[in-house]
Amino acid sequence: MPSKSSGVAFVRETQLPELPPPTFETGPIKWMRQNLFKGVTSTFLTVASVYAIYLALSMVLPWVLNGIWNANSIRECRVILDGAAGGCFSVLTERWNQLLFGVTYPADQYWRPALAFVLMFPALAPVLFSHLPRKLLISTVLYPFAAFWLIWGGTIIAPLIALAGFIAAYLVYRRLVSASFAAGSLGGLCTAVIVWWLGGYITEAAASVIALEPVPSRNMGGFMLNMILGVVCVSLSFPLGIVLALGRQSSMPIIKWICVMFIEFIRGVPLITLLFVANVVLAYFLPPGSNFDLILRVIIMITLFASAYIAEVIRGGLAALPRGQYEAADSVGLDYSQAMRLIILPQALKISIPGIVNIAVSLFKDTTLVSVISMFDLVGMIRGPILASTDWNGVYWELWLFASLLFFTVCYGISQYSQWLERQLATDHR
Amino acid sequence: MNEEKQRSEHSARDLSDEVAISIQKMDKWFGSFHVLREIDLTVYRGERIVIAGPSGSGKSTLIRCINALEDHQKGSITVDGTLLSSDIKNIDTIRSEVGMVFQHFNLFPHLTILDNCTLAPIWVRKIPKHEAEETAMHFLEKVKIPEQADKYPGQLSGGQQQRVAIARSLCMRPRIMLFDEPTSALDPEMIKEVLDTMVELAEDGMTMLCVSHEMGFARQVADRVIFMDEGQIVEQNEPEEFFNNPKSPRTQLFLSQILGH
Repeated sequence: MPSKSSGVAFVRETQLPELPPPTFETGPIKWMRQNLFKGVTSTFLTVASVYAIYLALSMVLPWVLNGIWNANSIRECRVILDGAAGGCFSVLTERWNQLLFGVTYPADQYWRPALAFVLMFPALAPVLFSHLPRKLLISTVLYPFAAFWLIWGGTIIAPLIALAGFIAAYLVYRRLVSASFAAGSLGGLCTAVIVWWLGGYITEAAASVIALEPVPSRNMGGFMLNMILGVVCVSLSFPLGIVLALGRQSSMPIIKWICVMFIEFIRGVPLITLLFVANVVLAYFLPPGSNFDLILRVIIMITLFASAYIAEVIRGGLAALPRGQYEAADSVGLDYSQAMRLIILPQALKISIPGIVNIAVSLFKDTTLVSVISMFDLVGMIRGPILASTDWNGVYWELWLFASLLFFTVCYGISQYSQWLERQLATDHR
Repeated sequence: MNEEKQRSEHSARDLSDEVAISIQKMDKWFGSFHVLREIDLTVYRGERIVIAGPSGSGKSTLIRCINALEDHQKGSITVDGTLLSSDIKNIDTIRSEVGMVFQHFNLFPHLTILDNCTLAPIWVRKIPKHEAEETAMHFLEKVKIPEQADKYPGQLSGGQQQRVAIARSLCMRPRIMLFDEPTSALDPEMIKEVLDTMVELAEDGMTMLCVSHEMGFARQVADRVIFMDEGQIVEQNEPEEFFNNPKSPRTQLFLSQILGH
C-alpha cells in the first residue's frame, strides 16, 4: 500500500562542508549596512554627517598642519604664514617652561619639580593598584616629604623632622590606643607637636645641611601649581570626607552637629569666596608679620571645600547599604572601627566611586580658579604674562587648546582608572 | 576533634543546669509602642528553643535584644554570666559568644565565602589566618559547601548563602546560636537543606534559639516551644504537649491557622 510518507524517507550520506557566511552578512560590510545605510533616512544622515566632518576637518586640519613652531613672536608668525591659515604654535615652544613652571621658578632648578612629578607615579601605583606588593606603600609614605623637599628646596632636615613627628605620633598612638581612642589620639598629637617644635630649632641651626636652593611659594606657577594643588587637595580631602561622612552618621550629637554644620556651610559658599578669604581675609586674623604660606592657605580652603562634597557622596554610599550589613558586622563581634574598615566602607566607597571621581575631576579643574587671586597657575600664566606680552598678544586658540589638552589628559586618565576600578570591584554578580 | 566528641556526648538530651541566657522582667519600647512586655525567660545550656507567633508579636525583637542589636529599656538580660549593659566592650564580648543567623543571610558581598567565614575569627579572636581558614573549611564541609569557598555570595543560591551564614557564625565557636526566621526568605527546596543543617547542629548539642514558622522542625528538635503574641510570652511547653494540647485560646487559634492546611 503506497502511503504518503514512503516518498519522504531520507538518509544523509554525505556531510555538508562548513561554509563561511556570505560576505554581505559579515565584517565591515554587514556593520555598514546595519549602521550606516539602513534605509533612506539613515543613508541621508550618513552622507550629511560625512560632509559635516569633512567641512570641519578642512577648516581645522590646514590650521594645525600648517602651524608655525619656530617663530619668536606673533608678528614673525604672520610674516611666515603670509596670509595663509595656520596656528602659531611657537608660543608653546617659546614659553614652554613658563607654561609648566611659571615665570619665577629658577630655570636651573626645573629638574626638581620634574623629578617630583616622575616619582609621583611609583608613589601612587600601590594605592591605585591593590595587587601590587604592599611593601611598595613605603614609597607612598615617603613621597610627600621627598616631593616637598624637591619642589620647595631648603635643608633635607625639615621634611625629615616632619616625617619623624608623624612616626613618633604613630608609635605613641599605638601604645596608648589600647587604653582608649581619645588617649591615643591626644598622645599622638602632643608627641607630634613636641617633635616639630624641637625640630624647628634643629632646622634653623642646620639650614645648609644637604640643602637645595630654597624656592618660596610665591615663585610656584604654571601647570606645576595646578598639579600640586590638585594632587594634595584630592589626597587630603578624601580621608577628611570619609571622617565627615561617618561623623554625620554618628550617634553622638555634638560630633554630628559639627559635621552637619561644616558640610552645609561649605556647600553653601562658592569656592571663589573661600579663595578670596584665603588670600585676603585670613591675613587680618593672623598676627602681623606672620608668614602663613599662601599655597598652604589655598590648599586648606580647596581641601575643606572638596571634602564637604566628598562627604555627601560617601554618605549616599553609606545610606545605600542595607541595614543588615551593619547588623551582620555587629553580630559577629566586630567593633565600630573594624566594622567600618572591613565591612561598611569597602562597600560604601565602591558605590561612591563615580561620585568621588566626579568631584576629584572637578576639583582638579577648579584649581585654575587660583588665577583669580593672582596666582600664576596655567590659566594665570596664559591670561597674564603670556597674552599680555607684546610678543604673543592675540594667540588665543593655540594657548587655550593646549591648556584644555593638558587638563583633558589628566581628567580622562582619572575617569578611565575609575571605570577600571569599578570593574575590578564588581563582585555582586547581579 | 576532641571538642566534637564532647559535643556529641552532650547531645544525649541531658540538659545541664547551667544557665545560658537569663532574661528577667525585660521591657522594650519602639518610641511609645510597647513591643516587649515583662519577658521572663531562662535558657539552659544545650537547650533548643523555637519561638513562634504571629508577625509583629515581638519574636525577632526578643532575640535581637539578646545580642544587643536592639536595646531594652527595663529589666535585665544575662548571657553566659555576663550582664548586658550599654558598655561597648561588654556588648562586643557577648556578640562574639553568640552567633546570629538572619532572615536575609546578610553575608558580606564584597568578600569571598572563605573570607566571610574567617573575617571575625581573625579580627575579633586574633586567630592566625591559616588556622582561621582551616576552621572555616571545617565548618563549610559541615554545611556541605566546601567547594564554594572561593566564590562570592552573589554567585550562590539562597539556601547555600544561608548555610554559609550558619558556617560564618560557627567559625566564631559561639556557645549560643540565634536564628531569626532563617528559612522565611527561601524556596521550599532550599528550606529543607537549611533545616537539615540546623537539625545537625541541634544534634551536636548547640544552645539554640530559633524564631521560626517551621513547625515540623520545632517538633523534631525543640526542647521547648514558646508562643508569643503582642509582645508577651503567651505559652511555653514541650513540643508534644504544645502541638497536641495547647492551653491558651490564642495559641489554639494560631496553631489551627498554620496547621490547618
